[in-house]
Amino acid sequence: MNRDQLLEILREATVGVLGCDPAAVKPEAHFADDLDADSLALVEIIMAVEDRLDIQVPEDELKDVRTVGAALDLLEGKVAA
Amino acid sequence: MSGGLAVAGLGLAAPGRTVTNADLAEVLDTSDEWIRSRSGIGERRWASEGETTASLATEAIASALKAAGRTPDEVGFLVLATCTPDQLLPHTGAAVCDALGIRCGSFDLHAACAGFVSALVTGASLLPTAPGPVVVCGVERLTQILDPDDRTTAVLFADGAGAAVLEPGDGALLGWDAGTDGSLRELLEVPVGGRFIHMDGGEVFRRAVRIVVDSAIAACERAGVAPDEVDVFVPHQANVRIVEAARSRLGIPAERTVVNLDRWGNTSAASIAIALAEADAAGRLHPGNHVLLSGFGAGMTWASALLRWS
Repeated sequence: MNRDQLLEILREATVGVLGCDPAAVKPEAHFADDLDADSLALVEIIMAVEDRLDIQVPEDELKDVRTVGAALDLLEGKVAA
Repeated sequence: MSGGLAVAGLGLAAPGRTVTNADLAEVLDTSDEWIRSRSGIGERRWASEGETTASLATEAIASALKAAGRTPDEVGFLVLATCTPDQLLPHTGAAVCDALGIRCGSFDLHAACAGFVSALVTGASLLPTAPGPVVVCGVERLTQILDPDDRTTAVLFADGAGAAVLEPGDGALLGWDAGTDGSLRELLEVPVGGRFIHMDGGEVFRRAVRIVVDSAIAACERAGVAPDEVDVFVPHQANVRIVEAARSRLGIPAERTVVNLDRWGNTSAASIAIALAEADAAGRLHPGNHVLLSGFGAGMTWASALLRWS
């Protein structure tokens, strides 16, 4: 799975949880500042991605994720693993 | 599994102090908006001076017995769920029996936020051979293990009690599910040697959503009832976002889901009992309804029950 496909899955999950504009979910977008997502919303988004991809992302690895791009980096590592 | 269970009466006890988010914002680095958006809580009840776990339980049980048209001396057994007893020895049920003036069998049950559902399932299994109605009670005075300076927990947890009187009747416990994953104990605990609750909120949130969904589905399957046939869903009132995430995954509409944590906060073992009592008082429970209860919390421990209401 390439990065664009992952971004699409992350975008769908993010829109599903936040109800935001899909176009706003881009790698440089900051979850808190640009998408108005708090820490629990980020957990919910990652849960939706986990369900789609059958992967697990521990909570402590999410703590430093601030942007969509950082989430993509994290997910790429999980999918490749 | 079926046979002859009626919830003949429900009652609750609301502690004396109503503490709003604004009250907490005066003493903690927090705000009404922060608390509401992350938890759904607007205010909670905290015990006043002199209110104990036993006194709250006694008040809720007396109210439930009155609703059932029973007197305390008729009670056949008392199962009391709490993780915040007034004393380590004897059990809280002893003080409650004394306050009610009764001498029936009793024990305390500790299954954290799954306590009330665990007590209900236990009480239902005692009932067929009990010498009288079985009273099940969920009660907490969580303020005794709350760090008043910890804004991640002080805003969430609260005090209260709820009770139910179980009797033979036309309803039934159609199915239940319970489980424990003790490898997750550190996510929500009073650490050994410590006094206060410590919680890894994000991980508890994620685990809780998955646990509620899996456990609720398991209880429904054992009952032979599909989740969309649930008429009233009473989840543990931990956090409105857990409730919302679980409810939507189960496909249970919001209008069938009981939420009262905006006024109560998280009262652990008491929450489902209080929510059930309030739903009953509001006329939301009708004969023949499929009522799904689902508790989850520290341990992590969970318990769900599917009742046919009578």
